[in-house]
Amino acid sequence: MTAKALRNPVDFSQFPDRAGHFGRYGGRFVAETLMEALHELDDAWRAYRNDPEFLAELDVDLARYVGRPTPLYHAERWSRRLGGAQIHLKREDLSHTGAHKINNTVGQALLAKRMGKTRLIAETGAGQHGVASATVAARLGMECVVYMGSEDIQRQALNVYRMRLLGATVQPVTSGSRTLKDALNEALRDWVTNVDNTFYMIGTVAGPHPYPVMVREFQAVIGREAREQMLSDYGCLPDALVACVGGGSNAIGLFHSFLNDSEVAIYGVEAAGSGLETGRHAATLCAGRPGVLHGNRTYLLNDANGQIIETHSVSAGLDYPGVGPEHAWLKDIGRARYVAVTDDEALRGFHDLTRIEGIIPALESSHALAYVTQLAPTMRPDQHIVVNLSGRGDKDIYTVARLEGIQL
Amino acid sequence: MNRIAHCFADLRRAGRKALIPYITAGDPRPELTVPMLHALVKAGADILELGVPFSDPMADGPVIQKACERALAHGMSLRRVLEQVREFRQTDAETPVVLMGYLNPIESMGYDAFVAGAHAVGVDGVLTVDLPPEEAAELAEPLSAAGIAPIFLLAPTSSAARIRHTAQLARGYLYYVSLKGVTGSAALNVAEVADKLAEIRALTDLPLGVGFGIKDPPTAAAVAQVADAVVVGSALVARMGELADDPERMLREVGERVNAMRKAMDCPDPIEG
Repeated sequence: MTAKALRNPVDFSQFPDRAGHFGRYGGRFVAETLMEALHELDDAWRAYRNDPEFLAELDVDLARYVGRPTPLYHAERWSRRLGGAQIHLKREDLSHTGAHKINNTVGQALLAKRMGKTRLIAETGAGQHGVASATVAARLGMECVVYMGSEDIQRQALNVYRMRLLGATVQPVTSGSRTLKDALNEALRDWVTNVDNTFYMIGTVAGPHPYPVMVREFQAVIGREAREQMLSDYGCLPDALVACVGGGSNAIGLFHSFLNDSEVAIYGVEAAGSGLETGRHAATLCAGRPGVLHGNRTYLLNDANGQIIETHSVSAGLDYPGVGPEHAWLKDIGRARYVAVTDDEALRGFHDLTRIEGIIPALESSHALAYVTQLAPTMRPDQHIVVNLSGRGDKDIYTVARLEGIQL
Repeated sequence: MNRIAHCFADLRRAGRKALIPYITAGDPRPELTVPMLHALVKAGADILELGVPFSDPMADGPVIQKACERALAHGMSLRRVLEQVREFRQTDAETPVVLMGYLNPIESMGYDAFVAGAHAVGVDGVLTVDLPPEEAAELAEPLSAAGIAPIFLLAPTSSAARIRHTAQLARGYLYYVSLKGVTGSAALNVAEVADKLAEIRALTDLPLGVGFGIKDPPTAAAVAQVADAVVVGSALVARMGELADDPERMLREVGERVNAMRKAMDCPDPIEG
């Protein structure tokens, strides 16, 4: 056995297992009414995931429609300010529609087309996945229904209008806490009812198998590119990766190609909202415990009786009481470290990047940036951090202005 | 013998079919649950399905979603549902009680504690909606060992291989979901149900219950012709929600609805037209 193999007792390419388990997490916890639909999806996914024609079509879409590869940008001025490691931004914010979400919907759309489905449904919180779903539906000429909590519809008027412009129906969800988790419940109910013609596009690395692995594979292009870009630009791998974690798709997308490189430290940054001690947060991995929701076993924010509790974050995209099962597993085995930053810290990250580098980041991504401001000064200037700038901040301008008492 | 098996054996001897009403525990108010269960038995229920309220009931339609919200607003929990079963058992030692709900409250309590608690209060079966057979062994085995039937769903889309696998793990009865959709959806198609039940019967000897979409006595009677048990939920729960402020009337009217189904199932009128 080589030294490297000894350092890496886990071969990450072997996970999940055939039934979607990452250790004790993941799996398929849905009503029987959805099992055949999941098998049909899994069969299609396994048939096409290594199919040269499918992958070639995906590559063309990613290059010409999404605009990949996205740059790896050296934030020199910000790095100097922080006085530690060199910071590199993986510019997913420059993707078509302004966030990494499109990587996944372009891939799932190709699959939906091959499966002969004529109707797309999706859930959305901040609206980024909804916009990315409506976008690919418009391009394919497919009907698209996006479920969105009525609370989130209020908070994200801009994205709601974008979806409607793209021809999607935005269906308000008024059950439960009227946010992302309830939108997911409602999308699952729609899927059960219309399973024959409908393809359900889940936007994150959660849900029943095969969604966590399928979405990971579609998002893994982020880390593949970042790895090549680091090697070609600097001749080395980064010392650390940082990404925000709500459901965790942009984070898994960045992390996955580096999991076997044990010398690369990995940090997932959750939303501490008003502070972990206040109970008003969305830091599932930092403050939750394992349970079952939305088709998978993972860490959850739930009360002593197993009821799911409401989450709080300035960033609607991180406002989710669960997290992808692969993150739960990476936490337990210690391969990734999960931390949390508050709304206030994230807002400082938002302003720092805007003023120092001329890039307005999404509030989700600002959580990752806020952690970088803590991490970078503890590292040497010859070390490198890659942070996933998962989305642009245009959608958040109203939120930030409101918090600062400015009427736009 | 488990009370469920006993119940089906008695019914078979009498040439009758089981009527299984569902209510959500704690809805519309926790203190009405045990009186409602007794009223259902008096109206002709053979087995009782008691819903364990959950914050995210993803397989349920709006009627049972609202029932869950009402129950949770009154502080219902799995622990309190078990207490209600204990109270019910003090005056009814015969009627089987099946808990129906989602996995997370059970995970949260811990499988061992749940099985021990359910056994102690006299629960006869547990139907966990989001626990398909592939993931179920860890819970189904201790339940069976404690004499509690793990009950599973089958769907119009379930393949022969899945039906066989499910039947191996299941005890008590199999619950056939009669349509593609959530609880309380549009009316079912009896002919389609009959075809699928025939397919399932070729693969298992377990009694077959049918639910989702049974709203009235004629449908209950028609389903009873082809199934061993008829499950009715949303049609009762909707009325309970409407009559939440008039408990006496609620107990009476919901009992009357169940009794009308009972009568229709026992002496079906010739199909109209």
